[in-house]
Amino acid sequence: MATLHTRSAARLMIAPSVLLLLAWMIVPLAMTIYFSLLRYNLLMPGMEEFAGLSNYIYFVTDPAFFQAVFNTLAIVLGVLFITVIGGIALALLLDQPMFGQGIVRILVIAPFLIMPTVAALVWKNMFMNPVNGLFAWLAKLVGLQPFDFLANAPLFSIILIVAWQWLPFATLILLTALQSLDEEQKEAAQMDGAGAWSRFFYLVLPHLSRAITVVILIQTIFLLSVFAEILVTTNGGPGTQSTNLTFLVYAQALLQFDVGGASAGGIIAVILANIVAFFLMRMIGKTLEA
Amino acid sequence: MGSITLKNVSKVFGSHAVIPSIDLDIHHGEFVVFVGPSGCGKSTLLRLIAGLEDVSDGEIVIDGKNATELPPAKRGLSMVFQSYALYPHMSVRSNIAFPLKMAGEDKAVIDKKVADAARVLNLTDYLDRKPRQLSGGQRQRVAIGRAIVRQPEAFLFDEPLSNLDAALRVNMRLEISQLHQQLKTTMIYVTHDQVEAMTMADKIVVLNRGRIEQVGSPLELYHKPDNLFVAGFIGSPKMNFISGAPAAAYQAHTIGIRPEHLTLSKDQGTWRGTVGVAEHLGSDTFLHVKADTIGTLTARVSGDFGVTHGDQVYLTPDVQRLHKFDEKGLAIR
Amino acid sequence: MARNVSTQRKVVVTVVAWTIGILIFFPILWTFLTSFKTEAQAIASPPAFLFFDWTTENYFEVQSRSNYFKHFMNSVVISFGSTLIGLIIAIPSAWAMAFAPTKRTKDVLMWMLSTKMMPPVGVLVPMYLMYRNSGLLDTRIGLVIVLTLINLPIIIWMLYTYFKEIPGEILEAARMDGASLSKEIIYVLTPMAIPGIASTLLLNIILAWNEAFWTLNLTAAKAAPLTAFIASYSSPEGLFYAKLSAASTMAIAPILILGWFSQKQLVRGLTFGAVK
Repeated sequence: MATLHTRSAARLMIAPSVLLLLAWMIVPLAMTIYFSLLRYNLLMPGMEEFAGLSNYIYFVTDPAFFQAVFNTLAIVLGVLFITVIGGIALALLLDQPMFGQGIVRILVIAPFLIMPTVAALVWKNMFMNPVNGLFAWLAKLVGLQPFDFLANAPLFSIILIVAWQWLPFATLILLTALQSLDEEQKEAAQMDGAGAWSRFFYLVLPHLSRAITVVILIQTIFLLSVFAEILVTTNGGPGTQSTNLTFLVYAQALLQFDVGGASAGGIIAVILANIVAFFLMRMIGKTLEA
Repeated sequence: MGSITLKNVSKVFGSHAVIPSIDLDIHHGEFVVFVGPSGCGKSTLLRLIAGLEDVSDGEIVIDGKNATELPPAKRGLSMVFQSYALYPHMSVRSNIAFPLKMAGEDKAVIDKKVADAARVLNLTDYLDRKPRQLSGGQRQRVAIGRAIVRQPEAFLFDEPLSNLDAALRVNMRLEISQLHQQLKTTMIYVTHDQVEAMTMADKIVVLNRGRIEQVGSPLELYHKPDNLFVAGFIGSPKMNFISGAPAAAYQAHTIGIRPEHLTLSKDQGTWRGTVGVAEHLGSDTFLHVKADTIGTLTARVSGDFGVTHGDQVYLTPDVQRLHKFDEKGLAIR
Repeated sequence: MARNVSTQRKVVVTVVAWTIGILIFFPILWTFLTSFKTEAQAIASPPAFLFFDWTTENYFEVQSRSNYFKHFMNSVVISFGSTLIGLIIAIPSAWAMAFAPTKRTKDVLMWMLSTKMMPPVGVLVPMYLMYRNSGLLDTRIGLVIVLTLINLPIIIWMLYTYFKEIPGEILEAARMDGASLSKEIIYVLTPMAIPGIASTLLLNIILAWNEAFWTLNLTAAKAAPLTAFIASYSSPEGLFYAKLSAASTMAIAPILILGWFSQKQLVRGLTFGAVK
């Protein structure tokens, strides 16, 4: 509620951000759509011509495309699975009374603050390297053959690295939510004769549902676009085994200079994200109302 | 000085008319209370007078000048908010001084006025504290201090006591009444509590669904309510309403009788009934009696009245103090 | 009433939690330790944990060989620049939406959030071409523009949730007390909003510092911030573990420390106020 004077001033103050975001949303996207309909390669300038939907057909029929869609979803779901389950467990643990809780929290949060390129390179070289990595040393210690993670299980390795980065985020949010659970509710449940398990399922888990929703939403936004971790570890390989949609479009655009094909891929990525977003927005819309 | 007139004032939010149309005269020096159930538009009306909301139609005249288009700061009014709305980052001193600083007063003048206000309100020892270091009652006094330093034409209070506990509320009620007697400035006070309205007001404005049901002194409203709504809202415990045959006996659609105007007896009277619940307050006894033909009635007897659940009693109304209403709910006089 | 917890249970919880905490933190700790080893010690088997000849040589080498400081400055300029510009645009908007909301405010906010859903790769091609044609490629200003745009929705949301917590009655009180709009903002709103603005600033610096899509794709040697600088270690220098570790430590240390100070705000900011 406000007076007319403040309301017109308000409109003026909102305008710059709305206009900027509107331009940011429309201009490049419109250009991508336009390029996606052209035969356009940076190595052959001046040869642009209208190509209809052939870029899309070319992109979609590329066997790498299905691999990339699969990998994109695998990364999102794999990381979500690890971080949500692990996050709940860690949050429950950190919510217990203990000595030095503040320091443990600091330790657990740290990976989230590490830039993706550092995280990926440290894991790739110092842990997963089959010759000098710590994992190789551990394997030899117990008499096993060292495993070349990035060559033999590239997607799994990337999921592991990304999950390490996002586990702190899930933990932190779930812990915050857990701490807002009313102590009296827990005591009431205890008075009602609920054991630890039933307290978790009937009290704690429903209380966390909003936070879990938020974790899934935010992480999905970022996980759909995992890029740096792939670039510095496997470069999408071996072959296209660890290529996701983002990386595939990048490769098409900046390695093969195929503007038309990359644009078509970009639009497909946007459509995929929108399908996912459609469901997510309905989820967060409900939780934010509450 | 300090007179406020509302002419045909209305307020519409979207398609919902919170206040359809109101005319009201408030005279200089009056203590006026707007009272009504929540959602009746009393706070909106106060905010319209303050200038925090635009009127949709009509005119607000303050001191003979049309103030309808004036911003809040130019209306010469002070307001005490329900949440006190103290500035949390400023000391008590700066909070009280803020309106003077905004008015561009001299530092010496500000210091003197703040000191005076603090003395009146017993805040001298707390001037350098932050609001969060004060108790609820002290915060309330700071809010009042901030309102009085600029010597406004009128004070506006928006449910100022609702966040205090019961004992403190009674105290602050007295303090505000005393302040009014000292300052003799117009005060408009919004509350949903009819006890506050009855004890503090010179004039009560009873509001319901954005309309004025009745304007009058506390005793006028008590003795001569214009309609069923006012009759039911003013007075505690609530007036008993009886309709049907017993009412027809008095040539009315509905009759009303206050609990304190029913005489109780254990052996004879007009209506016979059974005691449901007896509330013994010591000074008074409230009896909820299930009367045979007319439903549950509340009766108030002063002192102790030795009955319990299930006892049979007789009730006799004081016919002189019976209120009669027609089928539209308006008083028949 | 606090429950009485047996000391024994508390000790068990402490041991388990510390073990897990250290395991999660271990890669960072290991990087830090390795940065002080010689290259030979860095790949020694069995690995040396604490008992090695500590040296700071790697740090000097990283600076002299690949000019760490230049990239550090790029990161600083890009993250602070984009955050400050974002704040200047976002503060009035968030203020207006929090204190003069209309029926559409919620929709506008949701729409702003939805711009974050667009995968960056969807606009990679035109952005790259536009930047190449206008000379913005591999410039600090170019990155500042992109990062401002991608973080603007988060900045607005964060400020909005903070501003929302300032009770409207206090601003009305200021209006009643005779404050004009500008004085209301200077004396009342700003002092109350500063903690929220500071948190927003902090979180966005962290996000911008670690952003690794646009920084990798729109920069080369000149304007590369630390994210891109580290990526250049992917091969073959990555095999020089000690130097990689020294460079990594320098890249993450400032933000790690900033982040530890702002845990709470991190949660609020990244969840758009949905979890506090």
